[in-house]
Amino acid sequence: MKALVAVKRVVDYNVKVRVKADGSDVDIANVKMSMNPFDEIAVEEAVRLKEAGKVSEIVVVSLGVKQCEETLRTALAMGADRAVHVETDAELQPLAVAKLLKAVADKEQPSIAILGKQAIDDDANQTGQMLAALLGWGQGTFASKVELNAETATVTREVDGGLETVKLALPVVITADLRLNEPRYVKLPNIMAAKKKPLDKLSPADLGVDIAPRLKTLKVAEPAKRSAGIKVANAAELVAKLKNDAKVL
Amino acid sequence: MIYHAPLKDIRFALNELAELPAVCSLPGYEDASVELVDAILEEGAKFAENVLAPINKQGDQGARLNGDAVTSAPGFKDAWQQYVEAGWVGLRAPAEFGGQGLPALVALAAEEMWCSANLAFSLAPMLTLGAIEALNHHASDELKTVYLPKMSTGEWTGTMNLTEPQAGSDLAQVRTRAQPHGDGTYLISGQKIFITWGEHDMADNIVHLVLARLPDAPAGVKGISLFVVPKFLVNADGSIGARNDVRCVSLEHKLGIHGSPTAVMSFGDNGGAVGYLVGEANKGLSYMFTMMNHARLGVGIEGMALSERAYQAAVNYARDRVQSRAIGSPDPAGVAIIKHPDVRRMLMTMRAQIEAQRALAFYAAAALDRAARHPVPDEQARNQALVNFLIPIVKGWNTEQANEITSLAVQVHGGMGYIEETGVAQYYRDARITAIYEGTTGIQALDLVGRKTASESGATARWLLNEVAATAEQLKAAGFASLSANLATAAAEAERCVAFIVETFGDKPQLAGAGSVPFLKLMGIVLGGWQLGRAALIAKAQSGEEGADAEFLAAKQLTARFYGEHLLPQVAGLAAAIVTGGDSVLALDDALF
Repeated sequence: MKALVAVKRVVDYNVKVRVKADGSDVDIANVKMSMNPFDEIAVEEAVRLKEAGKVSEIVVVSLGVKQCEETLRTALAMGADRAVHVETDAELQPLAVAKLLKAVADKEQPSIAILGKQAIDDDANQTGQMLAALLGWGQGTFASKVELNAETATVTREVDGGLETVKLALPVVITADLRLNEPRYVKLPNIMAAKKKPLDKLSPADLGVDIAPRLKTLKVAEPAKRSAGIKVANAAELVAKLKNDAKVL
Repeated sequence: MIYHAPLKDIRFALNELAELPAVCSLPGYEDASVELVDAILEEGAKFAENVLAPINKQGDQGARLNGDAVTSAPGFKDAWQQYVEAGWVGLRAPAEFGGQGLPALVALAAEEMWCSANLAFSLAPMLTLGAIEALNHHASDELKTVYLPKMSTGEWTGTMNLTEPQAGSDLAQVRTRAQPHGDGTYLISGQKIFITWGEHDMADNIVHLVLARLPDAPAGVKGISLFVVPKFLVNADGSIGARNDVRCVSLEHKLGIHGSPTAVMSFGDNGGAVGYLVGEANKGLSYMFTMMNHARLGVGIEGMALSERAYQAAVNYARDRVQSRAIGSPDPAGVAIIKHPDVRRMLMTMRAQIEAQRALAFYAAAALDRAARHPVPDEQARNQALVNFLIPIVKGWNTEQANEITSLAVQVHGGMGYIEETGVAQYYRDARITAIYEGTTGIQALDLVGRKTASESGATARWLLNEVAATAEQLKAAGFASLSANLATAAAEAERCVAFIVETFGDKPQLAGAGSVPFLKLMGIVLGGWQLGRAALIAKAQSGEEGADAEFLAAKQLTARFYGEHLLPQVAGLAAAIVTGGDSVLALDDALF
């Protein structure tokens, strides 16, 4: 069984991001970039499925600038078998990403596609769902547990009210939530070996996908600074303020 | 205490100043590349930050001795397991025994991160690598086959058993005995002290390398042999066999590095510990010297790494701690102490020296790789001379300054720094040993003035100082006025000292010896300034490039300027003491001290 895992290169979660002076975007010049943490969980899950004998090959795919190669090498060092890099300098929005991934899936014919539930840069949380729709596959999003069988996948989903377990026929799209697993530390020999694993290059044109943006960013701004709080004398005053000033009761 | 691996500066020092791409092109290192090293450092940083750094403070509670067994500090055994599984021990272990055989330059960059994160822990792999190196160079193939594969993975750790109560800096005094057993093995008996990670519960076996005397050995340094003495004997099939007659009888109570058990080891209490001779008889001490450069460079890295960790703590505290109005400000509101000029001076003093030391240590590591692998014999020899000259400076200067820099970090914290809970006092205590073990600063300085300067009439020193003067010229043309002028002056002062040492060492070695540590510090300051000068030139040139990291490159130039204006002027004072102050060191009658 083949698994396709999508990984995105994003600003490292430790970086305190800054908005560009003209308010057009977040400034990513010279900041540390890493694999999207949810995608790391997705790769880890695929590697565990392979170690458990459920998956035989892991193909990892990334879309974007040249440096995405580094992200792919990390995934290869974690245990993926080969990589596909759809290289482009153009801005990629969730629909374009889903279309590109569909094209890659059509070529690779995996039984399971694992993605992070969302990327920590734009937090769109759309790609997995769109990909499932485009492929016409079932989807198990926000997965905190995955059981894979020959014909089906049983996915425990983290939903607002608690946990929901769904059984899906393969092929299937799964998006990884935070508690699905804890990604391993990469082993040094695997970093060395990753260099020699195959990494194929494609362009959006090779896949025949129109990646033109459908959305336009009007403005990017920092969150408003929190203003100072006030002290209340007693519970009655608190309730009154919540009712009258905050209007939350 | 959070630690962030300073990857930007590590990369800059590696790629620009130590010229990693050229090192990667040396024969045998073709597998390495800047991209690969980048990936290794990224993963190493994660490991250091998330696994090793969080257990550093609890490591300060120390290891415990129960009977003759040592329980390592809380969390260490588990961290070692992870370290072994991730394969980090193999970074510079030889490829034929399962290691990766990467350049020393790359290994030392990773070692900086282990040392910053958790110095006590880092000593276990460092000692193991030292033992691997000694065995790989000098042991028989039979011994190598038995021990090196397990040591390269870290399943077994290694130690160095050199010191005895009467044999510290002077190893000619070693008394531990080795009796031929008639079957090619030897029975070892005696006591060794200060054995780092001599006993612990993290690995299945501990491979002790022991200096001892054969019955017919000549007196002094030419009568010392090197033996492998495993904690557990190894069966023919490679499995762990009987317990050997070597035991930990005590753990030392130390000032710092409590997480690293420092053992008193007793060999042969029950008839003799089985030992295997490494290489030829009576050559043990010279075998020790082959790995000394690497080990001393490693300790230089330790000093700088602790300084880095302490600096990070000081910067964080200085940003958070609000105290007193800004000097000269009409606004009575308190400001973060990073706004106060003297706190800034302390932070800059730390930062500038750390960056200079990192650059100089990596430069020396690159020379070590070239000396080992350069295809042109003349280049090998030239780089070996550089290594020989730079190692005592990197070891001595980095560790002496680590004492000062970690002390400054305590000072930035004020009273809170003296309280253990801020964690910065631990760095100060941990740093103290680095100027002592692997040869005290005095020993390094004596090596520098004698074997490394006087004996070659100052040739390497002068070659380096010419480079320094040339960099000063380039800095002048590039508009770094104060840095250029102070670097040129410092190089001239250093020349004067080299001439003095070459002149006096033969006839009046006592005078040269009296100024030896000041000379070591002087050379550290000058060569560190040289590296920062090179860094400033590169930073300025790069800052015009597209996509350049403007903030980093500007900070680099400012840091170099600070170094030029605050550290380099110290050279004149040291030079005066070296050239004219020897007599007053020696004159006072011993009885009057």
